[in-house]
Amino acid sequence: MIDEGAGAGGALHEQVIQLLDYAGGVTRLAAATLRRALRRPFPAREVVYQLEAIGIRSLAVVVLTAVFSSMVMTVQFAVQLARFGAKEYVGSVVAVSLVRELGPVLTALMVGGRVGAGIAAELGSMSVTEQIDAIRSMGADPVRKLVVPRVVAGVVALPLLTALANVLGVAGAMVIARVSSDVNMTYFFESTIHSVTIEDLSGGLLKTFFFGFSITLIACHQGINTRGGTEGVGRSTTRTVVITSIITLISDFILTNILLELGL
Amino acid sequence: MIAGAQDGDPFIEFVGVKKRFGPKRIYEDLTLSIRRGETLCILGGSGTGKSVMLKLLIGLLKPDDGAILVEKQDVVPLDEDALLPVRRRISMLFQGGALFDSITVAENVAYPLREHFHMSDSEIAARVEERLEMVGLPGISEMKPDDLSGGMRKRVALARAIVADPEVVLYDEPTTGLDPVNTRRISELIRSVQQRLHVTSIVVTHDLGSAYMVADRLAMLHERRIAAVLPTAEFRRCPEPAIRDFVSAMEEQQP
Repeated sequence: MIDEGAGAGGALHEQVIQLLDYAGGVTRLAAATLRRALRRPFPAREVVYQLEAIGIRSLAVVVLTAVFSSMVMTVQFAVQLARFGAKEYVGSVVAVSLVRELGPVLTALMVGGRVGAGIAAELGSMSVTEQIDAIRSMGADPVRKLVVPRVVAGVVALPLLTALANVLGVAGAMVIARVSSDVNMTYFFESTIHSVTIEDLSGGLLKTFFFGFSITLIACHQGINTRGGTEGVGRSTTRTVVITSIITLISDFILTNILLELGL
Repeated sequence: MIAGAQDGDPFIEFVGVKKRFGPKRIYEDLTLSIRRGETLCILGGSGTGKSVMLKLLIGLLKPDDGAILVEKQDVVPLDEDALLPVRRRISMLFQGGALFDSITVAENVAYPLREHFHMSDSEIAARVEERLEMVGLPGISEMKPDDLSGGMRKRVALARAIVADPEVVLYDEPTTGLDPVNTRRISELIRSVQQRLHVTSIVVTHDLGSAYMVADRLAMLHERRIAAVLPTAEFRRCPEPAIRDFVSAMEEQQP
């Protein structure tokens, strides 16, 4: 097996070329995926299977992350807000930041780690054992067979997971506000409902479609292009987690600014 | 098969093929002609890029220069869609088998049928079972590839490679990693498949014993080109020092 482009290139211009090469590869895969996703027959069975793998099996980790981060935020904010006598507003502060930012981003980071690594390892193993070559040699299309179902499932699952994270996160905050800061639950609930607008909610959820797309796409790209045996699979998996995290954080910043310009 | 085509006609031709991976040159001016109906073994040491030839032939890799003709048609410029008819005629047995772990043996073997043909489920099941019997593995269709031994996996992969009645079967190191009993069994299978299905076979290997057993002709891949092509019997007794050196180098590599 020949390892193409092994090792980090030394000179700066080599690294720039590698980066452009990488961006080009991901873009080409994105274009191929979109084209294939619209072509019939739609791989419904595979998508459902991936929805379970990507969506349902991520439930626990996503819910746990959302509930505990919103609870810890509630405790922190309650202390700070109490200094201004505004402890009762903790609900709106926590809910808005959860729905706009933390829900989408934390969900994307957790899914990027869990699902991204899983996809990269699975497709990476298929690649080094020549299963992807075998698919092509039998006249089938690996993008249609492997990438489309995962990307479609990612785009569908991430907004749903985020919505659930939002709801359960706020519920967790409500309980902990009552227990540790003695904020009335009804008051918490009503102030939250009043302060979280539909724009907050949709602004946060819109971003998750992009996160779902970019995480699964990057993981598939890494997996398919894995070279160099089991060691290569390990490298691909690690790289996927790092790249999806960075892309999530940077694109969140850019998307937030764009959406705010658009009034969302 | 086109009308009037006969055994012995040139079927597949590599003409002046060049290929490199980064700084590493694999082939320079590689030329080889494979005849219809024959079994040709390509011999070469490890890491000389023997299997790259097979992958070039079905378009999994592209050469940097040169032509690869299948019945006079150059496959090099073809894109994935245009390669479909070529891949329907030429199937490949990958080194590790490359079976899909997530599906059963039957589904693995049926894969090319489902891609290329509109057959009913019962027709597919019957064909799958027939080909599994041909490789000596009846009644295992519901098992998963994980439950099989290395030799069995290779035979299932062979069943998959021949299930859609290809005209050409490519074997990538079919006996690597197998014990002597399984090596012999796979070699016999290659022979019997060739006779029963009347296919043209290209076998890439560094296993001399198996090559002598299955091949009509042997091609020697040496220093990035095909250095010699000889009928098996002639190759074995050829006194040419280059060939004898090559053979003894190959023998040293044997496990």
